[in-house]
Amino acid sequence: MKILVCISKAPDTTAKIAFTNNNTEFDTNGVQFIVNPYDEWYALVRGLELKEQLGGSVTVLNVGTAENDPIIRKALAIGADEAVRIDVNPTDALQASKEITAYAKSEGFDIILLGKETIDYNGSQMGAMISELMDLPYVSLATKLDVNGNTATVSRDIQGGTEIVEVSTPVVISAAKGMAEARIPNMRGIMAARTKPLNVVAATGAAAATTISNYELPPAKGDCHYIDAENAGELIELLHNEAKVI
Amino acid sequence: MSILIYANTANGKIHKSALEAVAYGSKIAKDMGTNTTAIVVGACDDADTLGEFGATKVLHANDTKFNSFDPSVYAKLVTAAVEAEGADIIIFSHDYTGKSIAPRVSARLDAGLVSGAVDYPNTNNGFTIRKAVFSGKAFANISITTDKKVISLLPNSVDKSPVGGSASVETFNPEVGASTVMVKEVVKESTDLPLTEAEKVVSAGRGLKGPENWEMVEDLAKALGAATACSRPVSDMDWRPHHEHVGQTGVAIRPNLYIAIGISGAIQHLAGVNQSKTIVVINNDPEAPFFKSANYGIVGDAFEVVPKLLEAAKAFNAANH
Repeated sequence: MKILVCISKAPDTTAKIAFTNNNTEFDTNGVQFIVNPYDEWYALVRGLELKEQLGGSVTVLNVGTAENDPIIRKALAIGADEAVRIDVNPTDALQASKEITAYAKSEGFDIILLGKETIDYNGSQMGAMISELMDLPYVSLATKLDVNGNTATVSRDIQGGTEIVEVSTPVVISAAKGMAEARIPNMRGIMAARTKPLNVVAATGAAAATTISNYELPPAKGDCHYIDAENAGELIELLHNEAKVI
Repeated sequence: MSILIYANTANGKIHKSALEAVAYGSKIAKDMGTNTTAIVVGACDDADTLGEFGATKVLHANDTKFNSFDPSVYAKLVTAAVEAEGADIIIFSHDYTGKSIAPRVSARLDAGLVSGAVDYPNTNNGFTIRKAVFSGKAFANISITTDKKVISLLPNSVDKSPVGGSASVETFNPEVGASTVMVKEVVKESTDLPLTEAEKVVSAGRGLKGPENWEMVEDLAKALGAATACSRPVSDMDWRPHHEHVGQTGVAIRPNLYIAIGISGAIQHLAGVNQSKTIVVINNDPEAPFFKSANYGIVGDAFEVVPKLLEAAKAFNAANH
């Protein structure tokens, strides 16, 4: 079982979001970067569990510059066997997907796992794009994944419920909450990660199809209207007459 | 030059998110002086209603082999429709279905995609669309630089009133190959009102002290016609099912009304709910950070406040029905 887990770098969930350069760039000053939680907690850990159960290897892949090496080492510390970094800072998901496809198509991976979205751009684009470009089946928003021979059985979230599907490998799967429990790297893992291979691959120069013009922060909320707890029932009238939401 | 909209269905009917997507696409089409075609895939007996929301033509891929959802097959169908109609702008709803198909169509056509759009495109200088980023903590204006453009629209973002009109419905069954994903079983959620589609949500956190205390939350939700949700610790402790967890690493929602009971308002929770139109916070700690994001606040014990709200909601329902 040869497993590829695509990981993205994201600002820590508690990071203060601010912009510089006339609101055209994310202000990274003082921001701690992490492995995108959906990629790490669910995709990577389930990949490791499958390897422990069935044998094989887990490769983590990131598209980015050397600045991303610390988060790649974190994924190695959690247990991935080796890492690949495609050396370009991508502008959009289509560009990153083309780079991943160029690398992965000849590597013979059985399962390509990644999180359902990143917590910075929230695109939910990569899994579907990679599967289209590689001409592979795709199961999105998976909450459970089991593999038996060449068949993957996957539970995925759909509108108003869950669908259980069967699909042949190779397959691309995006992971949502429920697929695995996050693992914390131990000291042995952290030490081992230092010497595990991190191969840097040159980018093919794929083009992006979108650019970010600028960012805006949401308008500040007005003051909170407090209602006395003794007269809590007044809220219902306010929601009807003032907020007009009931 | 025309606009193609993928119109989602549920249980053999047009889904309400599709009405909004069609209304959105036809407004863009009107501004650009072009037509709106919708594509419906799988069983659907009310495809003609899309005409009332601005579609002039509906392509219905109604072969029974399309009844099972496979994003690969669906993307090929949409791409075939793009070619048949000469569409330059392709629009999806940013829901479970759209998230699986739109990026495939984007990759197939090598067309730029903005997913989770919250507004109409700005065409004054290029083609720029606003979307929420950093889990709702900011917005980005994204320019699509390719000739063909794909947009997935975040539900509940734009006006979805009917504009009047009618659409011709045509059968559309191009050869696109068989599905490779086999559906074995579909498990429906026990709730009648899926969280992501609810316009009103009542949510509770650790302040409720234990799963046995959720009855009053469910009662209040029922009285208001709302869905129930919870904070991450509550779902992690298995007090409530995972699919109810709203927040940065759970489900992101943007209902018209979000009532948070006993939730302090950690930044990760806010990220999943801060686009709600009206936020009510009930907490016994006046310093809870959530009050800073609230429209209405009640400082008090949930076990005293919620029963009062329930009583008032029931009285309101009795007086208004």
